[in-house]
Amino acid sequence: MSGADLLALLPLILISISPVAVMLAIAFFRGRGLAAALALLGLFISFVSLPFAASYAPRSVTPLLVIDNYALFYMGLVFAATFAVALLSDGYLRMLRVRSEEFYVLLLLAAAGSAVLVASAHFASFFLGLETLSVSLYALLSYPVTREKAIEAGVKYLVLAAISSAFLLFGMALVYALSGTMEFSGIAAWAAAGIKYSNPVFLGALALIAVGFGFKLAVAPFHMWTPDVYEGAPAPVSAFVATVSKGAVFALFLRYFARVDIHTMGSLALALTVISIASMFAGNLLALLQNNVKRILAYSSIAHLGYLIVAFLASGALRVTAVSFYLVAYFITMLGAFGVVTVLSGPDGDAEDIEGYRGLAARRPVIAGVFSLMLFSLAGIPLTAGFVGKFYIIAAGAGSALWLLISILVINSAIGIYYYVRVIITMYSPAPVEAEEAALPPKSTEPAGPAAPEQAASAAGAIIPIGGGLVLAVLAIGLIWLGVYPSPLLSLIRKTIQSLM
Amino acid sequence: MELLWLIIAPFAGGVIAWLIDRIDGGDRRGLPARWVSLLALVFDLALLAAIWAGRHAGTGVGKYGAWFLQLKAGWIPEIGASFHLAMDGLSFLLVFLTVFLGIVSVAVSWNEIKDRVGFFHFNLLWCLAGVIGVFLALDLFLFYFFWEMMLVPMYFLIAVWGHERRRYAAMKFFIFTQLGGLVMLMAILGLYFIHGAQTGVYTFDYFSLIGTRMSAAAAFWLMLGFFTAFAVKLPAVPVHSWLPDAHTEAPTAGSVILAGLLLKTGAYGLLRFLVPLFPAASASFAPVAMAIGVAGILYGAILAFGQTDLKKLIADTSISHMGFILIGVFAWNSLALQGVVMQIICHAISTGMLFILAGALQERIHTRDMGLMGRLWEKVPVMGGVGMVFALASLGLPGLGNFVAEFLILLGAFKANPAMSVLAALGLIVSTVYALRMMQHVFHGEERRGWSLPDLSAREKGVAAAMIILIVWLGLFPQPVIDAASPALQGLEAIAGSQVKIISVAGLGRMTAPPAQASFYRTASGPLKSGALKGDKNERR
Repeated sequence: MSGADLLALLPLILISISPVAVMLAIAFFRGRGLAAALALLGLFISFVSLPFAASYAPRSVTPLLVIDNYALFYMGLVFAATFAVALLSDGYLRMLRVRSEEFYVLLLLAAAGSAVLVASAHFASFFLGLETLSVSLYALLSYPVTREKAIEAGVKYLVLAAISSAFLLFGMALVYALSGTMEFSGIAAWAAAGIKYSNPVFLGALALIAVGFGFKLAVAPFHMWTPDVYEGAPAPVSAFVATVSKGAVFALFLRYFARVDIHTMGSLALALTVISIASMFAGNLLALLQNNVKRILAYSSIAHLGYLIVAFLASGALRVTAVSFYLVAYFITMLGAFGVVTVLSGPDGDAEDIEGYRGLAARRPVIAGVFSLMLFSLAGIPLTAGFVGKFYIIAAGAGSALWLLISILVINSAIGIYYYVRVIITMYSPAPVEAEEAALPPKSTEPAGPAAPEQAASAAGAIIPIGGGLVLAVLAIGLIWLGVYPSPLLSLIRKTIQSLM
Repeated sequence: MELLWLIIAPFAGGVIAWLIDRIDGGDRRGLPARWVSLLALVFDLALLAAIWAGRHAGTGVGKYGAWFLQLKAGWIPEIGASFHLAMDGLSFLLVFLTVFLGIVSVAVSWNEIKDRVGFFHFNLLWCLAGVIGVFLALDLFLFYFFWEMMLVPMYFLIAVWGHERRRYAAMKFFIFTQLGGLVMLMAILGLYFIHGAQTGVYTFDYFSLIGTRMSAAAAFWLMLGFFTAFAVKLPAVPVHSWLPDAHTEAPTAGSVILAGLLLKTGAYGLLRFLVPLFPAASASFAPVAMAIGVAGILYGAILAFGQTDLKKLIADTSISHMGFILIGVFAWNSLALQGVVMQIICHAISTGMLFILAGALQERIHTRDMGLMGRLWEKVPVMGGVGMVFALASLGLPGLGNFVAEFLILLGAFKANPAMSVLAALGLIVSTVYALRMMQHVFHGEERRGWSLPDLSAREKGVAAAMIILIVWLGLFPQPVIDAASPALQGLEAIAGSQVKIISVAGLGRMTAPPAQASFYRTASGPLKSGALKGDKNERR
């Protein structure tokens, strides 16, 4: 390993040192502030080191890792998103009054796992990255141990992630048995040269791997865990699961298939088509019936992964651009949406009941405005990043003549509007005191106890934590910027995907 | 730059109105927000006057048409989308209509809207800005951007300030129009890729995309995609069901903008994009589209006749009147197109004013049920008189603008398709029935409740007077409007005509300029070569 190799690995090294540093620091000086500051610093330094690493890219560092612009781009996304989650968590954990130092260790570990994932070129590094991510998540999901729902979420995720890892491992083992290599490039060369995609064992292996991926990405029919986990987990962790953990897996998925025309593998393309359609319908239709904002966002994320697979099934350079842009837009939007839930949450529970949002626009207009923006972005309305993202997906689909898929996408967009807009209009409806509940026995305007966590929150923490506010402001600005002037990001993406094509 | 300011002014005005209302605390009934909105729109009006005074038609924007002004700037070069705005006579008239009705809307909400005044005007102005953008955009991506952008503010206008079933109506409106828009997006992208594959240039520019060669089947499907979006907005009959709900539940200003402007974006889309981009396909689709138009005219009229809700009745008449637009566009000759422009403007004014009256009545007696009204003329004679004028306009009385419009459309359509024209003319009869029935039930007949209500206020009288002057002027002397629109319309005809000819004379190796007046049906479906060559003697360029 040469010096250049080490320099190329700099971001990975830094993000791996960070959790160790935080752990050591809090062993001597326990303190919430110190841990948070160190974590933020670690993420920041890792992010800043990306351009240095870029000057040594593209480069294969050992057979395990490949550092190219694509990997660095997604590492940047992972670091930035984790930074946002860490900032959001600060106020949240303070409000929960739990010991929060270890939270940052776990968060940094998860980020490190994701970064390894997007740079992996080998089954071993892929699996290591994935497990580092998953194991950290088990603990993160149930971090507020006094909450039953959080424990439930953690256990549910643990069981399902373990099973899906087993599927993945079995699939990898079969591929290794057939091809004799665990490097992605070797496998691709082997598959293209020899047995093709008609060998039943290889197809079985692909199916097992697809099941594993399906669980991680929470696409239908492997999506059952998503709403429960998102609902039970602390809101910032839900944001992390929805964005970083899914995005990193999808980025890897895309890297492997970027050079392959997926339609040459008949059965895989068919399976992905079915998964995509099922995810879109399952996500959107089930979200219609929800009254819990976190569950709505969970189902929405299922549908959005379905949209992403539509772009993934397209061909040409447009598909990689579409997926990358959509992922960025999706990261910003989901972080923003869960960020709003985070800053509204009180010590008794997260702000998840849709009724708690009634009249929010009158009480806290800025937060309501930011949340509306995020929801409009999820619905794909102009002026937001989601619009350009959806446009790109439909463009990628139309360019490859996937008319069936994009027709279904269009129908689903229309279905989706219903539940996004339902949340928005609830925020802009008059507060319950004057409306339907006027008939109920008069209650004091002060929070009515634990039954109304949102109201409690608005009284207790009417001032938004400064970190959370900052994150939301930056995300909202980024959202509009990408929606109105996406050119800079598009040219950046264009540069990053050159090494793939 | 003037074009950009036209759009920026309402955008900025909306934001300022919102902020100023928040700072003000809303204790003065939102007056600052109202004045800021008015100021932004008056600024636009002044800008339009300046553009009109300083226009010199025929600046070199594209090959065809008479453009006053254009603005072209890079936007998203990665996908070939540019920020391309341009204005010709047609756009000018429509933008003028937008600003005028915008001012009217601010005026009529002066007393009606008392809650969250700043946010109301923010939505109002952003909706107007989106509509202006739609009327000016010459890049299909930009067009789609504005097309979608005007929906959200309109959604809020209905859902927050509407009447009893506002959330249902707003949601229905949003989903219908969004679905239509997405289908259009698919068609836009289909066109984009076909053009890109042929020329290697991937662009959304209107002038580049015109004349894209494609198979008849591809052209038909893409045309249908555009048609879906425009038909939903117009609305045409099978996809009209959002309209009565949305119009009825919207606050008065929302109804005025919906009827006066949002429906017109559909008509504008047909004129500017559908036929010029797919002339041959739309020619072959014309009989179907005209049949849909006739169905809309008659069905809307029947709905209106059976209606007891005053606002719903007016909404149903809109369906009927929009049928004429569909017929006129697909007749595609000079007379019919001039009629379409007149219809766009006159319907916006007459229906807009009827909605204002219905809103004024509802504000006073808190009902829209015509079964509870009656004999109101004695109590509110001015309102009754104004109502009479616009009911007569709606039924197409000569001397008022709507008559000119519908007459021109029928005349043009008769040349293209006599049978449809005859059927459409039945609409004039049924419109008499519903308009007079409306007058009878509201202002005459027996007194059903002992209402006591004030007549129109000075502000409302001012609005009504402006509207009456306009509709009478358009009825007696429509020539200025026709003159303003004609060069633009001839340009559109030339675009469509030239392509049909390119298709029919493909192989002759020479592109001939199109005839100005010839109906393109002859060139499209007649004996192709001879028809096309005959047209040559009428060259214009």
